[in-house]
Amino acid sequence: MRLEPIANPSLARRIGFPAAALGATIVTASLLAMIAGADPFKILGLIVKGAAGSKFAALETLNRATPLIFTGLAIAVAFRAKLWNIGAEAQLYAGAIVAVLLGTGAIGSPFVLPVTAIAAMLVGALVLLGPVLLKTRLGVDEVVTTLLLNFIMLLFVSYLLEGPLKDPMGMGWPKSTALVKEARLPRIVDGLRLHWGFGLALIAACIVWVIQKRTTLGFEMRAVGANQGAARFAGMPVNTVLIQSALLSGGLAALAGWSEVAGLKGHLSLDLSPGFGYSGIIVAMLAMLNALGVIIAALFVAGIFVGSDSMSRAADVPTYIADMLLALSLLFMVLAVLLARFRVVRG
Amino acid sequence: MSELFDILVSAGFWAAVIRIASPLIFATIGELICERAGVLNLGIEGIMVIGAFTGWLAVYQGMPLWAGVGVAMGAGMLFGLLHATLTVPFGLSQHVVGLGITLLATSTSSFAYRLVLPEVTSPPKIEPFQPLPIPFLSDIPVLGEALFSQTALTYLAFGVAILVAWVLFRTPLGLALRATGENPSAVEAQGLSVTGIRMGAVILGSGLMAVGGAFLTLSAFSSFYFEMVNGRGWICVALVVFGAWRPGKAVLGAILFAAFDALQIRLQQTPIGALLPYQIFLMAPYFMSILALILMSRRAEVPASLMVPYNKGER
Repeated sequence: MRLEPIANPSLARRIGFPAAALGATIVTASLLAMIAGADPFKILGLIVKGAAGSKFAALETLNRATPLIFTGLAIAVAFRAKLWNIGAEAQLYAGAIVAVLLGTGAIGSPFVLPVTAIAAMLVGALVLLGPVLLKTRLGVDEVVTTLLLNFIMLLFVSYLLEGPLKDPMGMGWPKSTALVKEARLPRIVDGLRLHWGFGLALIAACIVWVIQKRTTLGFEMRAVGANQGAARFAGMPVNTVLIQSALLSGGLAALAGWSEVAGLKGHLSLDLSPGFGYSGIIVAMLAMLNALGVIIAALFVAGIFVGSDSMSRAADVPTYIADMLLALSLLFMVLAVLLARFRVVRG
Repeated sequence: MSELFDILVSAGFWAAVIRIASPLIFATIGELICERAGVLNLGIEGIMVIGAFTGWLAVYQGMPLWAGVGVAMGAGMLFGLLHATLTVPFGLSQHVVGLGITLLATSTSSFAYRLVLPEVTSPPKIEPFQPLPIPFLSDIPVLGEALFSQTALTYLAFGVAILVAWVLFRTPLGLALRATGENPSAVEAQGLSVTGIRMGAVILGSGLMAVGGAFLTLSAFSSFYFEMVNGRGWICVALVVFGAWRPGKAVLGAILFAAFDALQIRLQQTPIGALLPYQIFLMAPYFMSILALILMSRRAEVPASLMVPYNKGER
């Protein structure tokens, strides 16, 4: 078989295939539910109800979507330039560490929130800068270095939680001391359990969208990602573009950790992120690397996670069904996006 | 310093080195086959998990140990087939598909584990492979205990590495596979199918990765834990680069890495180790891998068509 590009793919084709990918994910979900010995319609209903069936559920989904928007944006920015940042998890924890280091009384109000946010972004950017400089200077593949940094960072957090940042009142539970009140993100509406991290995530998505679509840097990122040789030939500073993408990407991922600590948890622990850095890859790919699409994709992914947790408590289907569905939806979607633009020909 | 010396001359240390290296050898050789054919397989981490899980499950359900190894290999090949289909004929991004396969294989293992054992807190054990001392050779001091008193799976790991090295560099099949990773058009011009060779390489390589994972449950830890692979797959991707895409060097890299890993565990128990937080020691293997990549970056001869999809008739 051979792939032949379609000059002007029809609207039906461009919408039909992604829709089919979504359909295939739902069919697989039903099959998995049946394997687990449950009624598929009941399970799907429970997932939807658990994700958006009540005010509490919907707010939970929005809260869960917040870090996913940040990591999704981080991945979208990097992948657009074909910079394979698989280390968003490490950058997320870097941001969380900064939030705790500066937010537990080191800085007085009223500047503590903007200062911790900017410092978190800087440190997150630095965490990714290392692998990128290794790539641009020495040609070391960034996939493996960023992946390995995730493991190193988690061990570093574990060390901090048992040493310098340990909460003396933690009763042996490894968590940090709590942030002071001024360093916490306020709620958007009084009485509703949704913090300003969500609002900031939406703003970040709009800013990234503007950068992607309306600035020279955004154009250069796309050009470098599409064809590095051609971009270099056209006189673009390829390495500089890669480094700029990395700084932006690392900074965004760090905000995920910062907002989880400052907005939701109030302290740092080893279970701060159940793999938000990795789920960000799914979010970014489902959004086809579009910044505004990231918001929708993050809500979808968060909904599946929150809905499956709630479903799992009600029915005897393991909550890991969520991770399976999301991995499958990623694979279905990349295939669908390809088939929307290419025709499969024999021979 | 004398503690370090004592560790380095003890037979138990070198036996541990070979034991730790075994799963890495399987998976590194598997990744090497994929990359030699031109496909980066980032599904490795998840495929090791599915291998560890299915191998354990088969034995836990009453199958013999070798059947468990076979089941693991089959499961790995199935995920390899999925990876190969998406990346070879469809030419999708090997990064994205590989990570997707890792997420899918990992979550499938967790989902299935919870289906089989809904409310188990301590993972049930199986009867693992026992050491199989080779007559006479295992009587050699130090070397005998280190090399020739291992389990059958360890001997198999070294056997596979030698076999793959021989096939790659001494047979027409190996030549075709290496050429596919360098210059696929030339292979196609010879009347061979690039798609077929690449898919075969990914499927076989994934099978070996899964056996590497099965080593963890069937020969090392005798039960299955969710976090048990713990980045070993990613380390193997680094080891392929460190080994400059050559099986012999990759095996040496795996042994070197395993020696370092075994050493850090033992150093933690010495007076020097007590001075430092234990996390520093646990970080060391990951830092070592990054360092290895940096050291080899100048010299490595990357297969020219690695990560370049091949679409027939396209220039």
